[in-house]
Amino acid sequence: MRRIENVACGLAMVLLLLAPTYIGPYNLSLLGRFLAMGILAMGIALVWGNAGILPLGHGLFFGLGAYALAMHLKLAALGPGELPDFMQWNGLDTLPYLWVPFKSGALSLIAAATIPTAIAAAVAWLLFHRRVGGVYFAIITQALVLAATTFIISQQPYTGGFNGLTDFGNAFGFTLADQSTQTGLYFVTVVVLALAFLGTRWLLETQFGKLLRAIRDGENRVRFLGYDPAPFKVVAFAFSALLAAIAGVLFTLNIGVISPAMIGVVPSIEMVIWVAVGGRESLAGAILGTLIVNFAKDKVSSAFPELWLYLMGALFVVVVTVLPDGLGGLLRFLVREPREESRPTVIIRVVAPATDEPPAKPEKAPLESNG
Amino acid sequence: MTEFALLTGQGFNGISVASILLLAALGLALSFGLMGVINMAHGELLMMGGYLTYVTLQFLPHGIGYPIGLLVAFIGTALFAGALEVTLIRRLYGRPLDTLLATWGISLILQQAARSIFGPVGDEVTAPAWLAGSISVSHGPLTGFALPLSRLFIIALSASVLGLIAILLGRTRMGLLVQAVHQDRAMAEALGINTRTVDLVVFAIGGGVAGLAGAALALIAPVTPTVGQSYIVYAFLVVIVGGLGSLPGTALAALLIGLLSAGWQIFTSVSTSDVLLLLFVIAFIQFRPRGIVSVRSRSLEEA
Repeated sequence: MRRIENVACGLAMVLLLLAPTYIGPYNLSLLGRFLAMGILAMGIALVWGNAGILPLGHGLFFGLGAYALAMHLKLAALGPGELPDFMQWNGLDTLPYLWVPFKSGALSLIAAATIPTAIAAAVAWLLFHRRVGGVYFAIITQALVLAATTFIISQQPYTGGFNGLTDFGNAFGFTLADQSTQTGLYFVTVVVLALAFLGTRWLLETQFGKLLRAIRDGENRVRFLGYDPAPFKVVAFAFSALLAAIAGVLFTLNIGVISPAMIGVVPSIEMVIWVAVGGRESLAGAILGTLIVNFAKDKVSSAFPELWLYLMGALFVVVVTVLPDGLGGLLRFLVREPREESRPTVIIRVVAPATDEPPAKPEKAPLESNG
Repeated sequence: MTEFALLTGQGFNGISVASILLLAALGLALSFGLMGVINMAHGELLMMGGYLTYVTLQFLPHGIGYPIGLLVAFIGTALFAGALEVTLIRRLYGRPLDTLLATWGISLILQQAARSIFGPVGDEVTAPAWLAGSISVSHGPLTGFALPLSRLFIIALSASVLGLIAILLGRTRMGLLVQAVHQDRAMAEALGINTRTVDLVVFAIGGGVAGLAGAALALIAPVTPTVGQSYIVYAFLVVIVGGLGSLPGTALAALLIGLLSAGWQIFTSVSTSDVLLLLFVIAFIQFRPRGIVSVRSRSLEEA
């Protein structure tokens, strides 16, 4: 099985690297953008599919990475003593202190990686060590991204407000508008995606990954075995925030704009559905799901804008009720490959654990079940 | 206007916001406590209530139209919520995170449907004549302070709904069944209670109350396809702070969050107040992770 998977991944890699030879510049730019989002999707597959934590606010970490880079690109496009256009419109005459470090490209990249990771770790620690999880955690991450986007929109002189940051000229010495830069950027995205894939896959195969799955399937049992689940969940969440931030950086470079509308509540929850479509546990599935949903969105919503939201809504319902293992599960069902083990695909944490009775004591006969 | 009047006015605004939050959060809190399920389409039930009122008022004269609109909003959304429970939520029992995603899908569909039917621009529901005025103070320390009747009506409405639900839960046989299922689902089932029916009834009533919230909100703001979204996150915060399905907890939490956000808005902008509110909730969870009123139990797997 592992062998087939490796061959498939290798093939996919070759196909992706050859893509500039067989698809046009418009679709190539879409592909680059969606592959960048695939990095984020792997992070969601890590925490949701493998650790049972549903993140509804990954747009925040994605956005922090994206904004950190966009701030640098904005400053890099200026001559000496100039201010970004939106600051002038809002009556600022000096560069705000917050922006000063972003003159340096290296510092910006460091900030893009560390700030989202640190925030994710802090929030996750505050909640997980108090054993706040499940639905509570999901809702709080959603509130977090809502608060962050309202804040960004309201601070127009400092953040560009609703319009976000755009009109970048150069990125690290390359002209972004050039086709050669775009193609190069595509290759960078593919390579980073491959590295992130290998890194995350390795992480899931270690003892750490095994513990994450154990926590997903029975957090209390893990506790009884002497582990504190909180640090594992915090590390997993912070790592997935890092992946989201990297995705944000690459996405902004590919598309040349970042705005609050791209990172808010709605995009954040859509990110989860990409992963659900591909099969929530699988990293390759997460990337595939991202590509499928986003290309479908691009094609359908340009032809029938109203229809898309209905389709998206139906997708949420269908993927959860009929296809809980996504396309990967469908494939497995069609090929009829026996599953490795029969365990529930989700953690069962019902209010009253009616289905989770302790096993009957051996000396007694099992009670008759009468419905 | 005096400083004192301003503060009182803001406090009054806070209470009226809190009473809408309470109506919006009640159904969420009840079904969350009972079934461990978060309904992301709850905000769209609120929107639906608003539109049902709007449509009713297209056909009826304004004086009596509004009370009938309230009734239509309640019954319509309760029926819809019941149908939702039977067709979707019941199938996902024991999978709370999946329920969350599926109901989000429903909410997207409902929003787009509202946009297709009513258009993206808000529809105004003009308050009937008997709710149009306001009580204003012209003497004493509260000079310049005005209480709009529509807001007073909303406060009264939500107080009476809270009272009715309290009676329903505490004084009737149905309430007894709900409490039994809430405390110990397996035992209640063993004693012959049809827990599925209890779930259905609570979910439908919760949906109906959200519809009332929408009808009430229509008095002070136009109904738009996205009106539910703007209230729903706060309603979730109320549920988190209030505790698992506790009625007094939910009421207290709604009051707390309504007053805090109105209070902060005196000093800062709306968006800063949102951020502060969220920080407050995260800090609050550090001290009481199970909410203001939490049921202590020795059960291992708590939702």
